[in-house]
Amino acid sequence: MVHIFWWVIFPYITLTIMILGLLYRYAFRQLSWAAPSTEIFEKKWLKIGSPLFHWGIIIAFIGHVMGMVIPHDFYLSIGVSDHLYHIGAIAGGGLAGLMVVAGLIILLIRKATIDPVRVHATFADFFTVLMLIFVAGTGTYMTLIYNTTVVAYEYRETIGPWFRSLFTLTPAYGLMTGVPLIFKIHVASAFALFASIPFTKLVHIFSFPVRYPARAPQQYRHRSNYRRQGL
Amino acid sequence: MRIKAQVAMVMHLDKCIGCHTCSVTCKNTWTNRSGTEYMWFNNVETRPGPGYPRRWEDTDRYKGGWKLHNGELKLRAGGPITKLANIFYNPNMAKLDEFYEPWTYDYDNLIHSPKSENLPVARPVSQITGEYIDKPEWGSNWDDDLAGGSEIVPLDPNVEKLQEHIQMEYEKTFMMYLPRICEHCLNPSCVASCPAGALYKRDEDGIVLVDHDACRGWRFCQNGCPYHKVYYNWKTHKAEKCNFCYPRTEAGLPTICSETCVGRIRYIGVVLYDADKVKAAASVEDPQDLYEAQLGCFLDPFDPEIQEKAREHGINDAWLEAAKESPVYKMAMKWKIALPLHPEYRTLPMVWYVPPLSPIMNHITNEDELNTDGYIPAVDQMRIPVEYLASILSAGDTNVIRKVLLKLTAMRVYMRGKTVGGIDEFRQSELVTQAATSPEEIEDMARLLGIAKYNERFVIPTGRREMDDDLYEQQGTCSLEELAPREGVNPAYGYMKVRENL
Ligand code: SF4
Ligand code: SF4
Repeated sequence: MVHIFWWVIFPYITLTIMILGLLYRYAFRQLSWAAPSTEIFEKKWLKIGSPLFHWGIIIAFIGHVMGMVIPHDFYLSIGVSDHLYHIGAIAGGGLAGLMVVAGLIILLIRKATIDPVRVHATFADFFTVLMLIFVAGTGTYMTLIYNTTVVAYEYRETIGPWFRSLFTLTPAYGLMTGVPLIFKIHVASAFALFASIPFTKLVHIFSFPVRYPARAPQQYRHRSNYRRQGL
Repeated sequence: MRIKAQVAMVMHLDKCIGCHTCSVTCKNTWTNRSGTEYMWFNNVETRPGPGYPRRWEDTDRYKGGWKLHNGELKLRAGGPITKLANIFYNPNMAKLDEFYEPWTYDYDNLIHSPKSENLPVARPVSQITGEYIDKPEWGSNWDDDLAGGSEIVPLDPNVEKLQEHIQMEYEKTFMMYLPRICEHCLNPSCVASCPAGALYKRDEDGIVLVDHDACRGWRFCQNGCPYHKVYYNWKTHKAEKCNFCYPRTEAGLPTICSETCVGRIRYIGVVLYDADKVKAAASVEDPQDLYEAQLGCFLDPFDPEIQEKAREHGINDAWLEAAKESPVYKMAMKWKIALPLHPEYRTLPMVWYVPPLSPIMNHITNEDELNTDGYIPAVDQMRIPVEYLASILSAGDTNVIRKVLLKLTAMRVYMRGKTVGGIDEFRQSELVTQAATSPEEIEDMARLLGIAKYNERFVIPTGRREMDDDLYEQQGTCSLEELAPREGVNPAYGYMKVRENL
């Protein structure tokens, strides 16, 4: 029962909150949808913290796609041995994790100590940073310390297939029962973080302006017809 | 040819008295909310001086506007890829301190302070943090009327460029006012800098606006605008900028800054331009050619062919008539006495400035004996160095400034002769030839510049609302219109169909 809750019910509830929340906010709260930069108040710490964190998390995201989405067999079929994979994962993941955690800590200190930034930081802002530190911290610990001192855990046989099974609506929660506790905590806290996204500034993840390089530099818009014309 | 109409402004600097009424009425209209305290969509700078934000003209630092790179027009701060790489930290963006930390005063203390030996004071309180500020040290007009003296003036990037040393002694120094709003450029770099595509130029009147629904707070527009006229709202995390008071101009009224301008220095009118020529005009090699290239984008509203084409592009007769009467067309394109601010930024700005005349340095000793041509050398000896004006208004080309000043001087001389007398042979004089003008033109100019009647200063057609919405369908619709398509659910009877059947 406990397993069903944590590895079936909980992920689905959190993902549902995330998706519905995002849709609601996108449809009705566009005005609040922004990357809430405080660069105008403080630049020195931001210059170090923000790129560290953001680039780190982009690398970490790619790493998670490689570990969770791409099946183990695929690696074997293209000739990437488990040993090779783990070396790569520990080096790349460890570096990304350290970047994320270091960046977050800098940003947290900045948020707590620089007056104008602190005054305008909301509960949601602190929650997000602390939650991210927790998730990224456990992740980095797993990658750098657990993997090297206890066992190089083969999550591609358990967490990966379980994660994919969520999206085919056939949750294989049984795969999660034997997973080491620290991994379980990392996964569950990540899902909790997902649920909070629509209520925090994290919504800006979904606005990364990928279309910018392709669009015309100048934008003309007709006053009232632009939506109809699909511009 | 893609004809578009633009509502543009001319400011006649000779008449600006530096009263800041424009700034105050603008602020009370648009930026008196929290998050916007530091924003001045309209501000009036004393020149020479660093301006607001401090040293906004320092393009090496803020990297605003465009530059030419191997003949190609590029954003100075870098194109989309550079921008995306810098999205987590924008090295070129100004901090609030470059504007100033906005403050109010603790007025409450004046009323509620306990009995004490000394008079209670209202201490300054930061509007950002709510903390007391011991000593405000900078504000948007800290150096008003050269109040910063010889310490602040050299911070002006134009002064740095000047060859000669600027005289700071009281009797020899110079001063002028420079009121600034967003230029509503033909080639706006703010628009091109926006990763989210939230900034846009309106088709029908050229006003550059921010779509707050689409703005994601990436803040590249703030320094992407070389005039530093886009501001980041720290509360909503969205960009805000001068919107040319579009709710007023759509109703045919002048912007609030123009309406309330005490010196009556502001003129608003329509000009027609060819949007297809804009890019080429902004890409000419020599920055000093940009002014002429920009003039080449505008179309003659009296040309019947242009009128025909304009109608095809949806510009209606009211706008075409307004374009003929446009004071902007007259001053900037016909008489060529109004110049664009910093054309070298290559944004093709659309707020034009008539440079100010200033007292002549070596006093003309015997004014009665001075003949018309005696005024020619005077133009080069005015207090405001021609080089300074050129650095602001013509990418350093002093000839352009000289021509305008000659014309304005000719106007003064001629009008003086007309009303006071004592001026010889104006029509044949060298001054008229050099200024390339005629008494007829001068009389027109004097009327528009000097008498400046309200309805000659502001020729603004209304917003063509009747053209672009299905008003028939909309009558009686309610506030749910955002949920249901305005034109009804059946596309066969939708907007386009109704339009076709008209
Ligand atoms: S002056 Fe106005 S239109 Fe031109 S770049 Fe700046 S904000 Fe944009
Ligand atoms: S209101 Fe007019 S005269 Fe006064 S500062 Fe503004 S532009 Fe100059």
